[in-house]
Amino acid sequence: MRAGNYFVGAAFALLAGGMAHSAMAQDIKIGEINSYSLLPAFTEPYRKGWQLAVEEVNAAGGINGKKLVVVSKDDGGKPADAQTAANELVSSEGVAMLAGTFLSNIGLAVSDFANQKKVFFLAAEPLTDAITWSKGNKYTFRLRPSNYMQAAMLVEAASKLPAKRWATIAPNYEYGQSAVAVFKKLMSEKRPDIQWVDEQWPPQGKIDAGPVVQAVAAANPEAILNVTFGADLVKLVREGNTRGLFKGREVVSFLTGEPEYLDPLKDETPEGWIVTGYPWYSIKTPEHDAFLKAYQAKYNDYPRLGSIVGYQTIKSAAAILAKAGSSDPEKLIAAAEGLSVPSPFGEITFRKIDHQSTLGAFVGKTALKDGKGVMVDSSYKKGADYLPGDAEVEKLRPKD
Amino acid sequence: MAFYVVQFLTGLASAASLFLVASGLSIIFGVTRIVNFAHGAFYMIGAYIAFTLTERLSGAFGFWGGIVLAALAVALIGVIVEMVLLRRIYHAPELFQLLATFGLTLMVEDLVVLIWGPDDLVGRRAPGFKGAIDFFGQNIPSYDLFLIVLGPVVLGILWLLFQRTRWGVLVRAATQDRDMVAALGVNQKWLFTSVFAVGVFLAALGGALQIPRDAVHHAMDLRIIVEVFVVVVIGGLGSIVGAFVAAVLVSELNAFGILIFPKISIILVFLVMAVVLIVRPWGLFGKPEAPARKTPGLTVNPWRPLTSNERLAALAALVIAATLPLFAGNYLLTVGSEIAIFVIFAVSLHFLMSVGGLASFGHAAYFGLGAYGIAFLAKMAGLPMIVCLLLGPLLGCMGAAVFGFFAVQLSGVYFAMLTLAFAQIVWSIAFQWVSVTGGDNGILGVWPPSWAASPSHFYWLALGIAALVTIALRAMVFSPFGYALRATRDSLLRSEAIGIDAKRIQWTAFVIAGTTAGIGGALFAYLKGSVFPDNLGISLSVDALVMVLLGGVETVSGAVIGAIVYKALNIWLVSQTDLSKLVLGGFIMLIVVVFPKGIVGMLEMLAQRRKKASPPGSPLLAKPIESAE
Repeated sequence: MRAGNYFVGAAFALLAGGMAHSAMAQDIKIGEINSYSLLPAFTEPYRKGWQLAVEEVNAAGGINGKKLVVVSKDDGGKPADAQTAANELVSSEGVAMLAGTFLSNIGLAVSDFANQKKVFFLAAEPLTDAITWSKGNKYTFRLRPSNYMQAAMLVEAASKLPAKRWATIAPNYEYGQSAVAVFKKLMSEKRPDIQWVDEQWPPQGKIDAGPVVQAVAAANPEAILNVTFGADLVKLVREGNTRGLFKGREVVSFLTGEPEYLDPLKDETPEGWIVTGYPWYSIKTPEHDAFLKAYQAKYNDYPRLGSIVGYQTIKSAAAILAKAGSSDPEKLIAAAEGLSVPSPFGEITFRKIDHQSTLGAFVGKTALKDGKGVMVDSSYKKGADYLPGDAEVEKLRPKD
Repeated sequence: MAFYVVQFLTGLASAASLFLVASGLSIIFGVTRIVNFAHGAFYMIGAYIAFTLTERLSGAFGFWGGIVLAALAVALIGVIVEMVLLRRIYHAPELFQLLATFGLTLMVEDLVVLIWGPDDLVGRRAPGFKGAIDFFGQNIPSYDLFLIVLGPVVLGILWLLFQRTRWGVLVRAATQDRDMVAALGVNQKWLFTSVFAVGVFLAALGGALQIPRDAVHHAMDLRIIVEVFVVVVIGGLGSIVGAFVAAVLVSELNAFGILIFPKISIILVFLVMAVVLIVRPWGLFGKPEAPARKTPGLTVNPWRPLTSNERLAALAALVIAATLPLFAGNYLLTVGSEIAIFVIFAVSLHFLMSVGGLASFGHAAYFGLGAYGIAFLAKMAGLPMIVCLLLGPLLGCMGAAVFGFFAVQLSGVYFAMLTLAFAQIVWSIAFQWVSVTGGDNGILGVWPPSWAASPSHFYWLALGIAALVTIALRAMVFSPFGYALRATRDSLLRSEAIGIDAKRIQWTAFVIAGTTAGIGGALFAYLKGSVFPDNLGISLSVDALVMVLLGGVETVSGAVIGAIVYKALNIWLVSQTDLSKLVLGGFIMLIVVVFPKGIVGMLEMLAQRRKKASPPGSPLLAKPIESAE
């Protein structure tokens, strides 16, 4: 498998350029780490996404004429193993930069490694605000819209709801905790009249959904914020549907519109939830059409959000490497700061102030169509519009 | 009021699913004494196969038929596993079967993804139990009511099976005293196989019945396995009624606990287990284990210190290891440091397990405490590295002193499970106390100062400490304290009769092992530059157990080899393939069958045989432990 990934780029360049031998010594390597064995539902589409990007980059002549090669490693979902992998990539493989990671704590571990070893790191998926703010460092950039940004997008819609009594359900770890905290803070600023009547913190991956649903229902909220995802979400939705928890209640939910989490729900998809996600079937922009066509042609499958993240991670990394014209980390940082790159969601910029990209997300409502869950009434929210002001960011982020 | 009734019923429904799986585990353990780590894997396969069958077969009959067929199919797989794998190793040292079932679990986790794909699968709802029943304005899912009825029905059937059939009588007899049953001429082979099949059937049924309420995915096994172990232990090993009561107790405490402390679920079962085991050392319905009728002298080669030749060989191995920085790159050196740290961790557990006879399932707690100790000292107090390395392990020492005091009051699996409970309590504190420990985002930036930062310097440091620790623990084995500890292991009654204060000796051993693990953890914090709750987690504890068992639990220092082989292989496989669990699991199962005494244990036995076969005076083979280091 691994060797396969490694050679995808190489094999393609062979076909396209026919100069593989002379170019071999000058390959530019990106070291990529993700939780492939722990989270295959997300990382399989993610891998397909970045493989497509590698192919496109090399077909277009590589990076300043050099072939791009991605060396990919599994971290098994453990921060310590991610560091071992990062070390191998940097010390043995001689990669120009690190990229990837899914879980927040792994993203932070690799970011700390990058800071210590002075290696450029482009975090793909970790959502924690800490990675660009409280624990941010100059070597680390992040692609996906952070917890704060997604919360701000949802708050914009949620604050217009008439509901005053809110309950929250979130997985009991950093992601869930900070999603709820930011959502509550922003929501209460806009709507001081809101009451928070209950909060449930099931352990991640181990929700005992029945009692949780009952407990929330007992508090009789008018609206519910959900942060659970994956298998927990399935259980919550099923119990909630059977017990009528969502009837007559507004639900605002993080990530639920992503195909990874929405599709398994099939005909049990609850309708009318306000969610962030990725409605690939209803995005009609030339950039996205081109991506969608290329992806479907290559894989005969539809993209998930992970595909976008994987694709854009490598596309952004390639743009940074091309602009820097060097693998010197300081030059990479200089190149990345303020760099604007095209993406399937439109142009994005890596902010100089906190190294966060302005990639946005879609906010819409869930609906049932032909026995499947879809996102409707969705609109793209630009990341730049949902970040706090510069003065506040400077307070949040330690000086380099 | 209606709400509390409904909440109670909801708890009962959760209890019923838990009980099905737990009862299977309890029966298997009671009779075969196998700590069946793969029970969760069977539960998961049950769910996957049931998903496939219920999607293919239509109608109500198709659904229920699919559920039962799936459970039967998995039971058949269980029979094959028992006959091909476990039968070969019933006479291996205690807990060795854990290693085999652990390998199986690893393989299954990768296999289900290969077969069924990476996506979460959501099966259909049970025909006839799709909706909910209105109870004074509260909804109770009818499927919950079905489960609530099913739990006691299964309990009843099992009770009848055990009380009213000849097979049941044999099972109960074997649970009480399996040697006696064998002596009376019962065909143990088939008894064990049938018991294993019934246990696996129950696990798979429990998994299959989750289809209408859960998503089927490749991490289901880990989600349930620890919890059912806890339920079985709270109830008392081998007691079906106990498992039922414990499942109800745990589920109800959770259902009502979250109303007051919404974050309690993460730790509740372990808190309950710790309290129950401290008050009732054999669980709610368990009986004290009869003193083991083992005669250690027959199975174990008598331990002896190294001969001077062997010492030279060990020293040579150490010198060779120390030359690694001359030719290896930074990556290999860092891997070398990591392996050296895990040697420290493994020998500390090995000391407790093989010298003290106390198998801890929560040894990572002291490793992690050492790591957190460093993080606190270095990050918050800003102390230099040397001071930190001296003081950091003290946190592990203190943790071991407190928890060890309670744990050594128990023995066998109950001891193991209490250590697990303590480890999980420490883990959840690290996980929850965000303001101090940073929660699951951990503490970052714990890097060594420049003199130790280069990979070669750090490697020498780690190697040196690992060598010192191994030598110190070996010296302790052959000290009067070590003899006293071995006496308590081999015969508690006789050792107490000659005036050894067994509990105190064991407690001391526990503290020594905990402190040593803390040293490993302290180095680990500096190696990785960060500390996470993972460092205290179950998977790390299991890793340590695997290293010790792989090396050979009946050897003096087999854990050294176990740690090197396991860790090196693990790192290499993870780096080479996404299917590392499949390959590693297969390798472990192979080792289990080929080396039923562990790698070092087997090599020692071969050397022993050769010595007996060859005329006296032939040169002694250097002990494999040292020559391989």
